[in-house]
Amino acid sequence: MPEMNKGKASAGKAGLKSIKPGTIKRLFSYMAEYKVRLVLVVIFIIISALASVLSSLFIEKLIDNYITPMLSETSPDFGPLAGALGGMAVIYACGAICALLYNRTMAVIGQGTLKKIRDEMFSHMQGLPVRYFDTHPFGDVMSHYTNDADSLRQMITQSIPQSINAIFSIVMVFVSMLYLSVWLSLFVVAFMILFMKLVRVVAGRSGRYFMEQQKNIGILNGYIEEMMNGQKVVKVFNHEEKNTEGFCTRNEDLRVSMTRANIFANIMGPINNNMGYVMYVLIAVIGGAMGIAGVTNISIAGVNTLTLGMIASFLVLSRSFMGPIGMVSQQINSIVMALAGAARIFELLDETPETDEGDVTLVNVRYDGEGNMEECEEKTNKWAWKTISPEGNAEYVPLKGDVKLENVDFGYNSGKQILFDVNVFAEPGQKVAFVGATGAGKTTITNLINRFYDISDGSIEYDGIDIKRIRKNDLRHSIGIVLQDVNLFTGTVMDNIRYGKLDATDEECIAAAKLANADGFIRMLPEGYNTVLTGNGSGLSQGQRQLISIARAAVADPPVMILDEATSSIDTRTEALVQRGMDALMNGRTVFVIAHRLSTVRDSDVIMVMDHGRIIERGSHDRLIEKKGTYYQLYMGAFELD
Amino acid sequence: MGVIKTLGRSVRQYKRDSLLAPICVIGEVSMEVTIPFLTGRLIDYGIEAGSMPNIIKYGLILLVMAFVSLAFGALAGKFAAQGSSGFAANLREDMYRRVQTFSFANIDKFSTASLVTRMTTDVTNVNMAYQMIIRIAVRAPIMLIFALIMTVRINSDLTVIYLAAIPVIAVSLGIIATRAHPIFKVVFKAYDKLNLVVEENLRGIKVVKSFNREKHEIDKFNERSDLIYRTFVKAEQLLALNAPIMQGAIYVCNILLCWLGAKAIIASGNDAASGFSTGEFMSFFTYTMQILMSLMMLSMIFVMIVMARNSADRISEVLNEESTITTPEDAVYEVADGSVDFEDVCFSYNSSAEKNVLDHVNLHIASGQTVGIIGGTGSSKSSLVNMIPRLYDVISGSVKVGGRDVREYDIRTLRDEVSMVLQKNELFSGTITENLRWGNENASDEEIRLACRIACAEEFINAFPDGYDTYIEQGGSNVSGGQKQRLCIARALLKKPKILILDDSTSAVDTKTDAVIREGFREYIPGTTKIIIAQRISSVEDADFILVMDDGRIAASGTHEQLLDTSDIYREVYESQSKGVMVDA
Repeated sequence: MPEMNKGKASAGKAGLKSIKPGTIKRLFSYMAEYKVRLVLVVIFIIISALASVLSSLFIEKLIDNYITPMLSETSPDFGPLAGALGGMAVIYACGAICALLYNRTMAVIGQGTLKKIRDEMFSHMQGLPVRYFDTHPFGDVMSHYTNDADSLRQMITQSIPQSINAIFSIVMVFVSMLYLSVWLSLFVVAFMILFMKLVRVVAGRSGRYFMEQQKNIGILNGYIEEMMNGQKVVKVFNHEEKNTEGFCTRNEDLRVSMTRANIFANIMGPINNNMGYVMYVLIAVIGGAMGIAGVTNISIAGVNTLTLGMIASFLVLSRSFMGPIGMVSQQINSIVMALAGAARIFELLDETPETDEGDVTLVNVRYDGEGNMEECEEKTNKWAWKTISPEGNAEYVPLKGDVKLENVDFGYNSGKQILFDVNVFAEPGQKVAFVGATGAGKTTITNLINRFYDISDGSIEYDGIDIKRIRKNDLRHSIGIVLQDVNLFTGTVMDNIRYGKLDATDEECIAAAKLANADGFIRMLPEGYNTVLTGNGSGLSQGQRQLISIARAAVADPPVMILDEATSSIDTRTEALVQRGMDALMNGRTVFVIAHRLSTVRDSDVIMVMDHGRIIERGSHDRLIEKKGTYYQLYMGAFELD
Repeated sequence: MGVIKTLGRSVRQYKRDSLLAPICVIGEVSMEVTIPFLTGRLIDYGIEAGSMPNIIKYGLILLVMAFVSLAFGALAGKFAAQGSSGFAANLREDMYRRVQTFSFANIDKFSTASLVTRMTTDVTNVNMAYQMIIRIAVRAPIMLIFALIMTVRINSDLTVIYLAAIPVIAVSLGIIATRAHPIFKVVFKAYDKLNLVVEENLRGIKVVKSFNREKHEIDKFNERSDLIYRTFVKAEQLLALNAPIMQGAIYVCNILLCWLGAKAIIASGNDAASGFSTGEFMSFFTYTMQILMSLMMLSMIFVMIVMARNSADRISEVLNEESTITTPEDAVYEVADGSVDFEDVCFSYNSSAEKNVLDHVNLHIASGQTVGIIGGTGSSKSSLVNMIPRLYDVISGSVKVGGRDVREYDIRTLRDEVSMVLQKNELFSGTITENLRWGNENASDEEIRLACRIACAEEFINAFPDGYDTYIEQGGSNVSGGQKQRLCIARALLKKPKILILDDSTSAVDTKTDAVIREGFREYIPGTTKIIIAQRISSVEDADFILVMDDGRIAASGTHEQLLDTSDIYREVYESQSKGVMVDA
């Protein structure tokens, strides 16, 4: 079985109480399509459990009905015995076949259910707003797909069938016991109650130490991660010994709690096994005493005397009683863990997806001879916004890239306002730059334009249409974005460029790469455009990765571009190269530039100087320098930018 | 089997536990196999014979044995837990200590992410396999042998049944395990691919959303999810054969036992002394279970060990890795002064690379000088300074500090005297003071304050409500980039080194503060050699001399004014940074 990293996530809150009431029901709803097969599985399990119980009961029949009578015969006839054994062989064969069938079917049900949950989880996640990703740590979300899904898989394919099997066996064995003797059965029940009390004490302790162990694993792993990441600093500061001390204390804590947790888990088996023998002996003594004394026996078959054969059978049954009980108690822990995992997965599935109430769409248009627009199916590379008027008439507004922010207020959470009364007017083809310190609200503005977040007050218009009325996909289609942290995907260079426009031809992609000044280095790669990039393009330099991301934006060919710190981790000489690509990309588009290096923003039509969520200065570079205000001071390096 | 030897060295003080666990298991198993024999006796001589004294006699023996077995079992569990957890702790510690001796080259070879996995997930896998081995790997064969011995002692004729069944089961379980293993490997790979999609989407969600590629990514995910579904079902359905094979074997044995057993009982007249009895007959059923279950356990262990094998290999790679940089026997513990010399130095991170990262570099820096270094990304600025505290070793040529080759020094001594602020700064979780004390554990409060004053960090530290006791989050995520850089400089200053190297360490600090810091260096540490890598010309223009690096070589060197005249690269950088503004400044 894949042993996934059982890290912090599975440590979670164990204990049945923490599981939401609906979890189990909801889990079953994912198995709905396997309803028929589930019923079959249960039937198979029952048959297979029945076969093994019958095997215990058969021994009594064998001794009482065949062997004992034959012992007194002078020439025993083995015919009936052979017949009975033949019958048993058929039952056994059924049992084994059913075991095969339910295990195989369960594999399909388990994996199928898991796939369904996994796929739903991912497609739901894709629909979640950016806010979700900004507020949930990467590792936490990731663990839904690894730890939580894995514990679910274990529960569905192993714990559940085993528990069903065990429970049926327990019930059937108990019924058989009642069939033999009510008195002895009552004794078994009393013994089991005491036994369960003992198990609960041990299991409770084990659970507590197990939680402690998970906590310490989290602490130690955190320490290892931090120190491995800082290992070079450690070496430069000769800090190795000091760190090893810190490591050793945490390592020792983990060792102690891990030992404790394992001790209790390990002694569960022997307790279970040997308590079974204790019960066996006690039944033998009580049953023997009753049989010898000739106490009237009550069973569900009627009132009779306890025969020796019946006691022997009862003893065999008592052995097959303990096995499944041990099995159930072993599964409880993993079921609890899996349900906690399921609850976390459902939490993700219950996150509200991005809403999209926009009805304005982006369509391809054709111009007829008189310059009138006409909607068309084929790709014309000419676009227009299509609005349906209340009367049901389609109206078309050509896509130009005119963006207006008026009196925009915004805060990520209701308590803390980030932007105050922001006004920005960008005409088609204009380049607007934002400068200001970290936290001044530059990136926030761009997050609002493509509706990663929605504004609290004011309005944003695109080509004169309120962006709230535009379908999100179409709005984003009309805005290209290049970020400081380049994210490339595993795949060829060509695939990565084509990401901007899935139906782009190779020629279009290469043309985009040329535009971005990326063609040269791509051709130098071992496989050219077919070079496979892995690990976010780890084989490339920062500048090269940025060039690919610019080409990716170029192939999409949107009228509006957002460049968020696109060149800040590149040195000034490489930047000159990237800059040429950027200039080509910016030509003829409305561009919003955020930059920390002022050389990048100098040529903008308008520069907005931001401070604490407000635009405090605006104007061209020359005008702002003349003004000798904040921009001038920034430019002279008097303020810190980071 | 070198892996086992390497890992075995980490057992150490837990050898006793690791040995006691299987010994107790032997005790437990010997009780467990005797008990069915005695329960047979209890039935034969007690119940069947209707003898209460015998029932009590055998009952008492059985009770004692059950408690002895429980005691052994509990002890085995305890020792196994102690042994395996201790072994895991030792493994982690050994790896950690090993990594502490690693050079930068060693760390680069493994990558930090892989080192973390090796110390966490891989150790967990090996730990589980180890616990399995010291408990169950001993238990299964011993139980098999003991149970067989008991059956032979009771009735050797019937034992033939098992001798026929065992090879059949062993072979079929073996085939299943070996067939399943490659399929599981595919499953693991498929999981990796799936996780990669999730990871890329989590990191690049803004890209996905702004290009409207949600559908595209969902298709990609579903395709991989489907691959997992198909292979995993295949693997599990193969493993599903295990249960019916085991049950089938048990059932076949039972039927044969019933048939042959019944005949034997009748032939001997149900007399345990002369032949076969019902009590013995019943204990045979228990032995059947014990024998076949031990085979099942063996096949499980086999799978477990195969799976832990890869983890064990990865751990032993770390443990066997020799540090590429070690202190010589007759090390020098005194650095004469802060002078630095490069004599025809060549360096490459990868010995098989065609092109050297540093190519025949010659350089002399006198003690106490301030040197600036300028150059594009990939021009080997960082590589050049990395040679000075011997973070990497040269391929040819010699790097000298204080007139001696760096390879002659005790590494600690050298690195105490050569303080370096790395390009990739790291602060650690802990208070500001704790972080600063990395530079000097015994630094007084005054010394710490002075270092912060020079690094221009005093002002913002005092502005924090908790001042020097402000808690820094992991990776320094709660201070700004510029603040982090200044704290790192202060930390390096506390070492009071002879040579101070700043590798692009003020990039997020504004030019004015940057200038104040350099002013502080001149005032407070005039005798220290200062080497400053920067992207901003303004950070280096007042240096004694400036090196212009290009493509692994020193393309030019000289003062700011000289370079403006002589170096095209320098002038180009200068102009790109000051075009249009500084003309008459």
